[in-house]
Amino acid sequence: MSELKRRNPRLEWIARNRLHPEHASVLATLGQGQASEWQGPNGLRRKNPHAIGFMGPNGIKRIDRSGAQQGSARQAGGAAQVQESRRAVVIESPAFYIAVVPDMTGGRLSSHDKDLLGLARQLADAKEDVPGAVLAILPAEHREQQLGDAGIDRVIILPEAPAGQFGPDHQLPLLESVERTFGPRHWLVPDSALGGGDLGRRLAMRLQERPATGVWRIEPDDSAPLGWGCTARGAADSLDIQRPLPRVVLALAECAEPVDQSRHAAEALTLEGTPSAFATRINDQGAVAVDPASIALAEAEFILSGGNGVKDWEGFHQAAKALGATEGASRVAVDDGFMARDRQVGASGTWVTARVYLAVGISGAIQHLQGIQSCDKVIAINMDAGCDMIKRADLAVIGDSTQILAALVAKVQQQGGARDAA
Amino acid sequence: MQPDKALDIAVLVSLGRHPLTGRPRRADHDARGVELALGVESQYANAQLELVHAGACNTESETALRSYPGMAGLPSMTLLEQEEGADVIPVLGDYLAQREPQLVLTGCRAERGEGSGLLPYALAERLGWPVVNNLAVIERIENGVATVLQALPRGQRKRLQVRLPALMSVDSAAPAPRQSAFGPARRAQFDSQALASEPDAELAQWSLSAARKRPKRLKIVKAASARERFKAAAAKAEGGSGQVLDGVSADQGADAILKLLNEEGVLR
Ligand SMILES: Cc1cc2nc3c(=O)[nH]c(=O)nc-3n(C[C@H](O)[C@H](O)[C@H](O)COP(=O)(O)OP(=O)(O)OC[C@H]3O[C@@H](n4cnc5c(N)ncnc54)[C@H](O)[C@@H]3O)c2cc1C
Repeated sequence: MSELKRRNPRLEWIARNRLHPEHASVLATLGQGQASEWQGPNGLRRKNPHAIGFMGPNGIKRIDRSGAQQGSARQAGGAAQVQESRRAVVIESPAFYIAVVPDMTGGRLSSHDKDLLGLARQLADAKEDVPGAVLAILPAEHREQQLGDAGIDRVIILPEAPAGQFGPDHQLPLLESVERTFGPRHWLVPDSALGGGDLGRRLAMRLQERPATGVWRIEPDDSAPLGWGCTARGAADSLDIQRPLPRVVLALAECAEPVDQSRHAAEALTLEGTPSAFATRINDQGAVAVDPASIALAEAEFILSGGNGVKDWEGFHQAAKALGATEGASRVAVDDGFMARDRQVGASGTWVTARVYLAVGISGAIQHLQGIQSCDKVIAINMDAGCDMIKRADLAVIGDSTQILAALVAKVQQQGGARDAA
Repeated sequence: MQPDKALDIAVLVSLGRHPLTGRPRRADHDARGVELALGVESQYANAQLELVHAGACNTESETALRSYPGMAGLPSMTLLEQEEGADVIPVLGDYLAQREPQLVLTGCRAERGEGSGLLPYALAERLGWPVVNNLAVIERIENGVATVLQALPRGQRKRLQVRLPALMSVDSAAPAPRQSAFGPARRAQFDSQALASEPDAELAQWSLSAARKRPKRLKIVKAASARERFKAAAAKAEGGSGQVLDGVSADQGADAILKLLNEEGVLR
């Protein structure tokens, strides 16, 4: 049988209308059991509490009085429905393009990127009869699955940079050829330290445009040349500058709400005539090994954090070294003297922003979880499968911390050895 | 050990603004630039340092500007006099093109005016020089090639080799600036040149106001029923979709973790 659910709106309407003469029989055919309320023989309203409600998570029956449920077993699948509630949008022949160059840290759209795409949608969808398309220009190594959900209509994937070439030297000619081919009405770049701020300024100079930097709000403005005005931060964040929106815009985080109602096509385009390589005066020699212990906890990208469940601190420090992770700790580990106070993660310690947070033997007290709110991926190693850290974690391994860390160190060293040999 | 060709370094310095009191001071990024340049100067005998400021110099800003030569113990600094509200890029561009220094250091972002951080890029485009942003360390300068470390977010560093002449912009990843000495600062002379100023016509049309606090983003809950709204308000942070490996051996667990770490690319 097909998975497709067929709905009969008329029957549903009758099922909702308990005064309808066919109410009881319709409820029965819809498989919702008996009617929960009916008119008794002497005009009294009768209710059958057994016919309504649903089973709660703890196996206790719950009755929802909000009216959302009527029969006994309204099928689950609410979550799936929420997913499907996004409106599909396809823009066949856009009147203009809004080009967006997201940062794509770690290969995914950051929240800053999503805000920027929300801004791009505002610009693209302002007039219904002249729809614009949001054109995202992504690096080759991106891993984002839900480009359409972020509001992207068209995608261009840039080729990978040859080794030794300075990133902007590689991207700029490609962006220039996007400019020539598509002539976007606006270029939006995140004004971030993650590369967008630099690239956007270089791009603006190359296109001979004076960009607006630090933009945090836009509003329609008919007197402006492009129909929009913007508010931007200036002078080390002490000024608000109101000005017409130029073609090249570097926008701050939270400049607009991210897209959450529609799903766009994210159709791939190809960039023709990739420009020939040109001589560059900057040679990129690659990342320099930095001692992870010297990186401030709030800035670290990868944190190995230990709590009361770490029994072998020697092994823990070794693991941090082998993984190249910055060390963090829960309050208990700090109070017990195993770690320094400046390594404490949480409400009364440091709020960390790591992309990957590996929590070893930490139960996940709310004070600790607050500190890791903005972490992307959380991995937990813990004995107790029911603790709060497991609920927060994207990957949880139940077991003894000492053994798992030792196994992990062995594997990482093996992998490193194989890479060095190759 | 160096060929005799002089290694001229120009540091572009601007007037800073104290974040709390709003008083003039030396700009933090620019002072870090001076500090880096002093490091190079002490390393190479043929290095020569010049401080350049383009803009107005009045009684209010003079003390702040003097603190740059006060850091270096320099007898003088170059002042390209401009009117208030002038676009300094043409003047600086012409001056640098004529002086031809090997290395130009600037701050990443000014503390007054538009503060867009465009100056290094605009000058580089005008002069046709390469530009490196977020400079952290100058490792060495040999045969007209500078080897530098660029600061990346999250405390990372990248090594670049740049053929001089080049512009480099400095931000807070560079070493902290030394104190300015009072005596040398007082004694420093300004080499003033009054130059025709080009007013920044666009900037003059914009309306500037003290920064307002940005509105905090509200957590918007799109829920159809009261129950959903309540659940959203009372919910604890929970991933929900996480994968839990129970009853696996330590080896299998480590494998799964390693796979995720490799996917995320955090292992080096
Ligand atoms: C005002 C206030 C502020 C606070 N601020 C902070 C803060 O900023 N940061 C912070 O971290 N805490 C803070 N706390 C403390 C917090 O409430 C918790 O007490 C603390 O986080 C618990 O630390 P833990 O998870 O390491 O220890 P525990 O709660 O003891 O958890 C240990 C975990 O390790 C597991 N375990 C045990 N043995 C092993 C093993 N061999 N292998 C694997 N797992 C094992 C256990 O199952 C358990 O889940 C604060 C508390 C208060 C009252």
